[in-house]
Amino acid sequence: MVTSTNPATGVDVQGGSLWSRAPYPVLIADLQGAIILVNEAAGALLPRARPGTPMTDAVPDWLSSAHAALRLPRQGAAAEPAVWSGRVGDRVFEAHPTVEDSGTVLWWLVDTTDHRLAEEALRRERERTAFLGRASNLLLSSLNLDRCTNVTAQMAAEHLADAALVIAPMRGNRLPIVTCLGDGNPVASSAIADPASVPGLVEALQGFPPVPTRWVDPRTVPDWVVPEGFGAPGSIVVTPLPGHGVPAGALILLRRADGPGFTPEEEVFARLFAARAGAAMSAARLYADQSAITDVLMRELLPPSLHQVSGVDFAGGYRPSEDHERIGGDFYDVHPAGTEGAPSLVVLGDVCGKGLEAAVLTGKIRNTLHALLPLADDHQRMLALLNMALLNSHHTRFATLVLASAVREGGSVRMRVTSAGHPPPLVVRATGEVEEADTRGTLIGAIPEVRADSADLFLAPGETCVLYTDGFTEARGGPMGDAMFGEERLRRVLAECAGMPAEGIVERIQMVAAQWVGTGRHDDMAVVVVSAPRSHHLSAVNGHTRGRFTA
Amino acid sequence: MSTELRSAPRRTADLEAALWDAVFAGDEYTATDLVQRALDDGADPESVLLDVIAPVQFKVGEEWAANRMTVAQEHAATAINDRAVAALSLHAASRTVAGRGRITVACVDGEWHALPARLLAEVLRLRGWRVDYLGAQVPVPHLIAHLHRTGPELVALSSSIATRLPTAHATITACQAVGVPVVVGGAAFGPGGRYAELLGADAWAPDARSAADRIQRDPLKRPVPGHQPIDDLPHLDDQEYTMVTRTRTSLVRAVMRGLDQGFPAMLRYSDLQRERTAEDVAHIVDFLATALYLDDADLFTDFIAWTAGILTARGVPAHSLPPALRLLAGELKDFPRATRLLRLGIDQLAAPSAHSVPARNHP
Repeated sequence: MVTSTNPATGVDVQGGSLWSRAPYPVLIADLQGAIILVNEAAGALLPRARPGTPMTDAVPDWLSSAHAALRLPRQGAAAEPAVWSGRVGDRVFEAHPTVEDSGTVLWWLVDTTDHRLAEEALRRERERTAFLGRASNLLLSSLNLDRCTNVTAQMAAEHLADAALVIAPMRGNRLPIVTCLGDGNPVASSAIADPASVPGLVEALQGFPPVPTRWVDPRTVPDWVVPEGFGAPGSIVVTPLPGHGVPAGALILLRRADGPGFTPEEEVFARLFAARAGAAMSAARLYADQSAITDVLMRELLPPSLHQVSGVDFAGGYRPSEDHERIGGDFYDVHPAGTEGAPSLVVLGDVCGKGLEAAVLTGKIRNTLHALLPLADDHQRMLALLNMALLNSHHTRFATLVLASAVREGGSVRMRVTSAGHPPPLVVRATGEVEEADTRGTLIGAIPEVRADSADLFLAPGETCVLYTDGFTEARGGPMGDAMFGEERLRRVLAECAGMPAEGIVERIQMVAAQWVGTGRHDDMAVVVVSAPRSHHLSAVNGHTRGRFTA
Repeated sequence: MSTELRSAPRRTADLEAALWDAVFAGDEYTATDLVQRALDDGADPESVLLDVIAPVQFKVGEEWAANRMTVAQEHAATAINDRAVAALSLHAASRTVAGRGRITVACVDGEWHALPARLLAEVLRLRGWRVDYLGAQVPVPHLIAHLHRTGPELVALSSSIATRLPTAHATITACQAVGVPVVVGGAAFGPGGRYAELLGADAWAPDARSAADRIQRDPLKRPVPGHQPIDDLPHLDDQEYTMVTRTRTSLVRAVMRGLDQGFPAMLRYSDLQRERTAEDVAHIVDFLATALYLDDADLFTDFIAWTAGILTARGVPAHSLPPALRLLAGELKDFPRATRLLRLGIDQLAAPSAHSVPARNHP
């Protein structure tokens, strides 16, 4: 319609009434910038625009500049006419020109205000969804409370406010605070402060009953709320970080006095963010609490780290059947002698079963044996008492174990070893010969009477006694996949270990066994190596500091 | 306190030579004494770690590869070196205040060569980081639980054996998924760390000193969540890696059967020799799988050259290698990438330079 009409030549005379009633504002101006024609809609929009008036006097600057730019159409200019846009009053218009050869321009004005608003709302909504998505990703990735708190403070400061504070529930008389300024890094601190000094903070920290976001008068907040170097706050809101039934803390958002305040929409959005952050933080807190409990309980069940005791080298290694566990049904301990010159007692054993339940029983056995230490020189008696204790407990499991007493004599080590239903220890001689200790006995916790025969051994310098559980010998694997590791292979590995330091032997056995089972299933594997040091030069008790020379 | 002892050699090279003698002889006490006396005399602890102990450990690996040391001797030497590191870390000269952030140092699961990681842990400690050293072969669940508990700034991950690279990739991905960046090091990551980037590591360093420098110079950024590891290795789409890994034992058995039939010398092998041969075949399958995982032919051909070199150094003729590769190629004829790698391996053995021993990233 527009292209078939030539508004600057005569058609306007016939079509004048049609033009004037067109629903869109239309105005025509000549080469010199003088207005030729204005329709009703344009007249209503631009009251000063009348025929004969210069554009510059009648329309907003953006439109008169657009007209000036169009007056001399450049040679070979793009066929598509450009579109200008700008404000007229409080609305936004697009101006589409149609240019005559003579330089007369017909301007069509289209009100795009609502379209713009819709676009803007869509963009904002997309941004927020993306932000919440990113926040969820970051917060869900970690179960570390500090990290979750830092992420919360940082994201809030970047996207919701000029600065953000994450306040954790009171610890003693201190409020733990993580502060983040704009694009900065979160900083942890704590303040001796009364949460009641910030309106709404006490309620937010309690988490229940649910409280809405609270607008706070910046003039009433205590100094610790305003981060250093922030300047004067213009608006402050306090939002609870709701946790899983436990309060995770509160989020304080600050905006500077010279910028815009929070809109109700932004405040709702801040609550959506706070809900995610609070859930993540309380999950992290729960995990930290649980793992602290586990650590304390586990500490007693973990195999001890071994070192040299009174001139005898001890080393141990443990691998539970499941990679995600740290304990299982195998156990070992080395109890240093109470008096100088008396033997240390080594215990290595295997409780029937795997995993946590077996581990709990190993803890009982280890404690019982600890109490029986005064009888350490009488293995049979110790085993009999342990047997009674296990028979009388409510556990139905039984155990096999080896007791070994070891004492340094000159450069050598004298040992007595007793097996209770357990594979006898292997002795690695300096020559590379591997001998089995001659000890046999019944297992513990199954029958009322236990019997065991001890063996006496003598380790020359550089010689070694290896206590192990059947997790090694019964491990299935190898290059063909289904062969049992077996005692023969273990002896072969040990034969190569003659003269090696105790830790080296432990590492070697563990490594060969690990390679044997590959990714296959295996039982718990425990090994303790007792060695007579090769040199007469003793390390001090902890095996690390410089030693002394023995006589 | 050391009046009865001579002072340690002053020059780094002399100290290294003295430590090497002690380590080679399995003499733990001389080794730790040397380190302690050097520190008493004012030597820089970091320099003792990296310019004395590290080169000695490198030499241990070289001597073993050249068959001048048994596997057991290698373990013994490593254990002694480890005690030397322990002696150093407890010496007064190594006391530092942890003023920087927290770092976790660990070896990939299945990695037993812990000393490089230990050296890095000690260097970082000396430079004032708070270090959690988790040691050799750390299962991924342990590592991740540790990261959740301690929230370190980064993980330093060590791997020396190329066949651990798929596990290293899983470990790197898992660390990043919980928001912790990873710096990797060790021979497994190839010359110039070429596999480090492929596996998505945030940084790579050739040795402990440059790792510590790198961490200090330019803190690693937190990884962006939502990364899909398959995007790094699109070739895994063909499932060849999965198939070869899953059928590992049946592949080894098939090759052993084939060798029995077509390789008369095998009939005279003892059980132990047969097991060694089966282990060699299993290694070939493992390296083939790793090369498929990384889509990197050099990894496989280098390993084949290395194996041939090792066998020759051990006085075992390498003539069972080409038939083993051909038997494998027969078993895997439906897998184009595997077939190509095996073909390249066979060509490698035919080449005259096949018996050189490249850098050690093999067990």
